[in-house]
Amino acid sequence: MIEAPAKEPRELNGEDSVRVELVSRAFQTRRGRVDALAGMSLHAAPREVVAVVGPSGCGKTTLLELICGLQPPDSGRVQAGPAALMPQRDLLLPWLSAIDNAGLALRARGVPREQARKAAAPWLERFGLAPFVHTRPAELSGGMRQRVSFLRTLLAGKPVLALDEPFAALDAITRQEMQGWLGHVLESEPRTVILVTHDVEEAVILGDRVIVMSPRPGHAVREIEVPLARPRKRTDPAVVELREEALTALGVQA
Amino acid sequence: MNRIRRTAPAALLLIALLGAWELYVDVKGSTFSLILPAPHQVAQALYTDRGLLWSNFLVTAEEVLLGIVVATVVGFLLAVAIHFSPTLRRAAYPLLVASQAVPVVILAPVLAFWLGFGLLPKLVVVAMVSFFSIVVTTTAGLAAVDPDLLKLMRTFDASRARTFWHIELPAALPGAFTGAKIAVAVSVIGAVFAEWNGSNSGLGYVILQALPQLKAARGMAAVVILSLFAIALFALLGLAERLALPWVYLPSGKEQTA
Ligand SMILES: Nc1ncnc2c1ncn2[C@@H]1O[C@H](COP(=O)(O)OP(=O)(O)OP(=O)(O)O)[C@@H](O)[C@H]1O
Ligand SMILES: [Mg+2]
Repeated sequence: MIEAPAKEPRELNGEDSVRVELVSRAFQTRRGRVDALAGMSLHAAPREVVAVVGPSGCGKTTLLELICGLQPPDSGRVQAGPAALMPQRDLLLPWLSAIDNAGLALRARGVPREQARKAAAPWLERFGLAPFVHTRPAELSGGMRQRVSFLRTLLAGKPVLALDEPFAALDAITRQEMQGWLGHVLESEPRTVILVTHDVEEAVILGDRVIVMSPRPGHAVREIEVPLARPRKRTDPAVVELREEALTALGVQA
Repeated sequence: MNRIRRTAPAALLLIALLGAWELYVDVKGSTFSLILPAPHQVAQALYTDRGLLWSNFLVTAEEVLLGIVVATVVGFLLAVAIHFSPTLRRAAYPLLVASQAVPVVILAPVLAFWLGFGLLPKLVVVAMVSFFSIVVTTTAGLAAVDPDLLKLMRTFDASRARTFWHIELPAALPGAFTGAKIAVAVSVIGAVFAEWNGSNSGLGYVILQALPQLKAARGMAAVVILSLFAIALFALLGLAERLALPWVYLPSGKEQTA
């Protein structure tokens, strides 16, 4: 037990639970070399929500896969606590019910089915999925599928959540609902979150900080603090102002 | 109403073909009917030889069913092994393909020499002609699993075995069923050819005996039974698939397999 206190200062120091330093990553394709990331840096303190916005193809998914340890960087350094990924497409298993999909991370660790269901059930109920516990993904709405997919990532029990455009595929109304919902969850279940999105407003509503990325090869071009209380309204002038700032950094003229 | 509309075309086509066949034999005369019996003669044979046909059908059915079971087990295990070992894939695939080019006629005497004249050599022939489609479709199913799903399982710290159990195995089942459906048709042919060597029972044997005795109608009756058997097996597999893999048939459950 002598080792135990050693963990304390790590937390007290506020050491980052994710640290990406000057990372570059390229892919060899049939049409030649594609530089996905070049000199990308990012850090996230424990329980911080860092939103990453960037144009399509700028290496956002690649960044998350690096953080999750799914691929190595070509150069630079990636340090991160155990991270669970919520993939860009929901990737629910068509043969499993909502509850079994939500509990997949537990099953992957060898937790027996009944126990995994017990763990997932209260969450499904909390997220309004109680009537659909035994429904297969094909018969769930897009918003429900995203919630199940998020739950699956949450139930993996990792301190870091890597969320890849969790609401991109949803219609505007459902997306707003889901953003509010995600804010709620993170309040009661704080994790370090890297939230990738191409929706600047979403980034400002949900993030403690917003990292704006350049077009490919991606790197951080601007870091915007969002020192606003939650829940945030998109009509709040402060939110609007930060959104404009991020848009300008993206190179979009307002 | 819907049901009638769906089955009507098949029924009409069948009646038309049978009618044409009947007419054709009628025009050709009675000598010709010794080679190609008319449908009514086949029907007659089905009735008068029913005892003989039934007892021999049981023999063939046993060979086919056991052969398919063996083929499914072997084919599935082989597909899994090939999936896990690229080396085995490269080593075994050419041989698997080659095995399908070996005519049963060549094989049957050797098998009779090794395994005698009982059920076993026939079962081996049936399994040999039908395991290939199961290997191919199951391997394809295993390989077609979304790589992003495998990545997801890695972030969940899933072992290779658990990833296989939870993701790859269920994903490969529709392919395995498709393979088994293809196997059903060829397995019946396999059984018939197997019975042409070293056997004294089974519908294949009945056909072999009937032809030189100028009892073509009896041979054709055996063929009718074999066809119906294949159709029944195919339908049964389809039913089993619907029960076992209901998600494949859900609204947005993507493509439906054959
Ligand atoms: N495994 C790979 N092989 C080859 N090229 C890849 C691979 N992964 C990513 N790329 C390329 O790297 C670039 C960045 O891809 P990435 O998926 O990270 O972008 P993204 O920002 O997530 O895009 P989007 O907003 O469309 O999701 C793209 O040009 C992509 O084609
Ligand atoms: Mg992406």
